[in-house]
Amino acid sequence: MTEISVPSSLDGVEPVQSVRTPIRMEYTFTPGVAAQTYLREFANKKILGVVSPVDGAVLVPPRGADSRHGALCDEFIEMPHTGHIGSFCVTNVPIPGRELDLPYISAWIFLDGADIGFLNLVAECPPEECRIGMRVEAVWKPDEEIGMTAENILYWKPTGEPDIPFEAAGVRGWHVGKEDQTNA
Amino acid sequence: MWGKKIKPMRKVAVVAAASRQEEKMLDNEVEMMVPLITEVRTKTGLDQTDIGFTCSGSSDFLAGQAFSFVMTLDAVGPVPPIAESHVEMDGAWAFYETWVKFQMGVIDTALVYSYGKPSPGSLQDVLSTQLDPYYIAPLWPDAHAVAGLQARTLLEQGIITVDQLADCAVRAGTVESREEYFSQPMLSDPLRKADCPTYADGGVAMILAVEGKAEELCEKPAWITGIDHRIDAHHFGVRDLTAVPSARLAAEKAGVHDGPIDIAELHAAYTTQDLLLRKEIGLPETPNHSQRSYSIKADTLMASGLLRIAEAARGIWDVQANRALAHATAGPLLQQNLVCVLSGESN
Repeated sequence: MTEISVPSSLDGVEPVQSVRTPIRMEYTFTPGVAAQTYLREFANKKILGVVSPVDGAVLVPPRGADSRHGALCDEFIEMPHTGHIGSFCVTNVPIPGRELDLPYISAWIFLDGADIGFLNLVAECPPEECRIGMRVEAVWKPDEEIGMTAENILYWKPTGEPDIPFEAAGVRGWHVGKEDQTNA
Repeated sequence: MWGKKIKPMRKVAVVAAASRQEEKMLDNEVEMMVPLITEVRTKTGLDQTDIGFTCSGSSDFLAGQAFSFVMTLDAVGPVPPIAESHVEMDGAWAFYETWVKFQMGVIDTALVYSYGKPSPGSLQDVLSTQLDPYYIAPLWPDAHAVAGLQARTLLEQGIITVDQLADCAVRAGTVESREEYFSQPMLSDPLRKADCPTYADGGVAMILAVEGKAEELCEKPAWITGIDHRIDAHHFGVRDLTAVPSARLAAEKAGVHDGPIDIAELHAAYTTQDLLLRKEIGLPETPNHSQRSYSIKADTLMASGLLRIAEAARGIWDVQANRALAHATAGPLLQQNLVCVLSGESN
């Protein structure tokens, strides 16, 4: 550390080593048309997706635009509450602020008919039995606790139906209509 | 020597622009930008895969969210992957970065955009966070109060008069008449409401193209004949608040004085700053042509500067101007200044 010379009047005074200047700013989030429509219906236990005007891919949850092409999506479609696991991770270490029993499974869930997945928990399934292609269904919070929040679905549980083939599981949106530009 | 004006190696023009401003938008940033980006791509017939470089300007402090610009790329569509960059500054600086990229000779077309959506938060607080973090920001001075410091210095030194402020407010359209101006109570003494900006949500998108390509995309390209940006000290305690040497120098280096200016689009959020900029850049206090729009009436942090460039280009396209000046500023009290000269002729 560089030697700093101070006036003799400051001899023996404890040096200042840090300065705290707390900053707090408040925002009223503007969700936009897509997220607003989605969350309102989610509070009615409906899951909405949007249809890409470019190639018809079904995107859920909606973010306002088909983020592959920068095209607005204003056609909403109601989705089933079942799907499959596109990929998953088993977590064995606790995360501060999250009260989850260990180990827990986080997974990319692909709803039936959707071309992209989203992150959610999988439960009622031992980690060693979890697999890509496994069919799952939504487990909702009790009706009185449901609101306009992504937390409405507690987790996804196995349906017991046969898996979808491994090769068909996961990201599909990139394939729709553009076989040569796949990112998968 | 850098002291001499260096001729740009490649001629670059603004060929399309789209913009939107509203006091409070209910769209999110992506929904706000998609129509603007789509409009400029449609106007030029360019697909995102035809565009060599995409550069944007925005601020996480407005969105209240880290890496917010990455989400806004949803409005561009980076599939297949695109060459992209972002500045945490007004879009005018994204425009400058893009111009440099053209000079490097690596691109022929570019998409530049910027946006700001101050309505979800308090812009006065956001602007406080750009000040010196140890000595000034913890005091949370609001932007109008900081502007008031500069205004009083200018007034008491006799560099500008209250009558000039009134005339400027009438010219910018924040009041109908001088009488109305003087009837307003002080807002941030010595500034009245008519001297201060109204904030707006909004965005701008623009397509640039190099000589040879620009003529194919636009009937009358708005050629960039000069561009420069300069910065003054951050701590305004060390600045002479009655002068803006960075604006003066940027104007000189951009070649403003090489010919007559038909339209000057100044990014001034306060009447005092409009008058001060005119003095520093060497523009008449009462211009022959009014600006196409005034930042003081609708100021969109991060987009107002790029909007000035868009308005100057529109002046060229409408044959309202043969030579137009666009100015952008950032930081407290005109700390950073960018000046760009656009011309209807490529020479």
